[in-house]
Amino acid sequence: MLDNISILFEAPIFAVDLLIQGLLIGGIFVLAAYGLALVWGVMNVKNLAQGELVILGGYLAYQATLWDIHPIVALPVAFAFMFCFGWVIYLVIIKRVVDRDMFTSLLATFGLSLLIQQSLNLVFGPEVRIAEAGFGTLILGDLAIPVIRIVSLGLAAVLAIGIILFMRNSRMGQAIRATAQDPRAARVLGINTDRVYAFTYALNAAICGSAGVLVAMIWNIQPYYGLVHSIRSFIIVTAAGLGNLPGVIIAGFGLGVWENYAGFVFGAEFAIAAVVALLVGVLMVRLFQLYRLRQVVR
Amino acid sequence: MSARSLDLKIYAFLIAVGIIGPWLVPSITSQMAVMWLMVLMAVTWDMTGGQMGYNSLGNITFFGLGMYASAVVQIGLVYDVMEYTSAFGAIKVDFTVSQYWTGLILGIGAGGAVATVFALLVGPFMLGLRGPYFAIGTLGLAVAVAELISGWRYVGGGSGISMPIFPGEAGTGSIVFYVMFFVLAIVCHLVIRAVYRTRFGLAINAIRDDEDKAEAMGIHTTRYKVLAWAISAFFMGMAGAIFGNMSGFIEPLEVAFPTATFGIFMVAMALLGGKGTLWGPVLGAILFHIVKEVTWTELLGWQWVALGAIIILNIVYFQQGILGWAQDRWPSLFGVTVDEKMSRTGQTEAAE
Repeated sequence: MLDNISILFEAPIFAVDLLIQGLLIGGIFVLAAYGLALVWGVMNVKNLAQGELVILGGYLAYQATLWDIHPIVALPVAFAFMFCFGWVIYLVIIKRVVDRDMFTSLLATFGLSLLIQQSLNLVFGPEVRIAEAGFGTLILGDLAIPVIRIVSLGLAAVLAIGIILFMRNSRMGQAIRATAQDPRAARVLGINTDRVYAFTYALNAAICGSAGVLVAMIWNIQPYYGLVHSIRSFIIVTAAGLGNLPGVIIAGFGLGVWENYAGFVFGAEFAIAAVVALLVGVLMVRLFQLYRLRQVVR
Repeated sequence: MSARSLDLKIYAFLIAVGIIGPWLVPSITSQMAVMWLMVLMAVTWDMTGGQMGYNSLGNITFFGLGMYASAVVQIGLVYDVMEYTSAFGAIKVDFTVSQYWTGLILGIGAGGAVATVFALLVGPFMLGLRGPYFAIGTLGLAVAVAELISGWRYVGGGSGISMPIFPGEAGTGSIVFYVMFFVLAIVCHLVIRAVYRTRFGLAINAIRDDEDKAEAMGIHTTRYKVLAWAISAFFMGMAGAIFGNMSGFIEPLEVAFPTATFGIFMVAMALLGGKGTLWGPVLGAILFHIVKEVTWTELLGWQWVALGAIIILNIVYFQQGILGWAQDRWPSLFGVTVDEKMSRTGQTEAAE
């Protein structure tokens, strides 16, 4: 373990490489976390099926490569498909847990994640898959960066900016923001909150699906990898604080970098443990902040 | 019919079923052993989840820790654990009968002890989290412990440990483990029932209803929360130790800490029966196990998908559970007196 740390200092190029790779991956985490922040903030639903939606999008890209279609072409298709899928999920499940207590939504989405996970396992089998994008590697001096990571970061940025513009300018975006602030007042003012909720969840599913396409291209997918993606989204949203978009972006990139360094220093088998440990750490920090707050109130 | 005599009748019925069961249909003894395990899991989960309002998704950690603690003790008595796990299959495993039984008894004790100590250590931190943060935090804890154990070479890492084989005839083993689970489940339920009748039960119910007010009334909430979690952990740890011996092989991600199976089963079972009631988790566990076994045999391949669907249906459409529903419907039958006026104001408050 200490050997690896000393390698970082002896060969700084490794450290720089890990940093860049982490930043490039972080962009994808930001997408899924933004979707979670949206659903959490607007509907107060803690969506534990977030990671499974990501993985589902990844399998759409994989299926596209089986049909000899380039996975990037699959991105808009996955977006549209996952949008419809999210709408259906809303109508069947989420609609009935929106107003309930928060644990209900958590558990219902956990059941949903189990359902998606096992269906994928049944259809595609438990093997690890990748959607081969066929880009080369960019050599910059001593650095070797896969081009696909840069491309996918660019695609993620385009998607994110598109969604931000949509939220800012369109009527539906305004309705979503109004509902997030005060659902009852929004209903009084004639916003169909049911439709807004459905749209929000569908949009979340679409964002996750597109993130999944990117994950399948630069990484790998497997039916059981969803939970870690959910946990990543939770870390990012919790660390950033709800409704803090710049915070989500910073936390997302930070998590990508942390994961890469932790995987290198502690060994690849502890990379996921490091992510989860970070979740527990972030929750603890929040807890002590809360204690301080309560002290002041008293 | 008073609640006490009803309880006694149910106990008598369950004990009768438990004793007659393996005589009547010996072929499903191990499935019935798992049924008692499920009852135990649901009841211990309900202690924090239903009665205290702290919905944990990570109680499975205690189960896995108990499994591993017992494995280390049982093997460590005879072999060097490191050597045993690294030379997987190379050492000729040979436990004498007396070694096996000492190991088993010490291992079950160690399982309970390790799980309890772990709960006491992490409890004050985890139980400070509220609501969904507690659920996610405990889920994270379970995944983290599983990942750490599967990276720890001393206990075999991801390839797991094979447990000592039960000495004696093939059929006797499942009977012995059946009896162990049966006794443990009944003892656990009796202990929990006794505990609910003391000040402790009232305190954890107060925490569920309003933690801040309970604290203001002078209840040491943290102490009670950790204690309740530790009691769950103690029984889960012992159950894990027995289950490890019964299944004969331990693997961190598939058998010991599977959040996607046992970890969610216990929550689903408690919710199915009706959480926060004494008998709801028991009823839920038995029903759930029967449904699960039927789907396993009838829908081979689709069983996990069916399971996800069952959980969603249960939580989304039938949340208060069977006993909760019955209690709402016929409150007098359960000895609950409902003040109509109070309950109406309560409802409007809840709707706010």
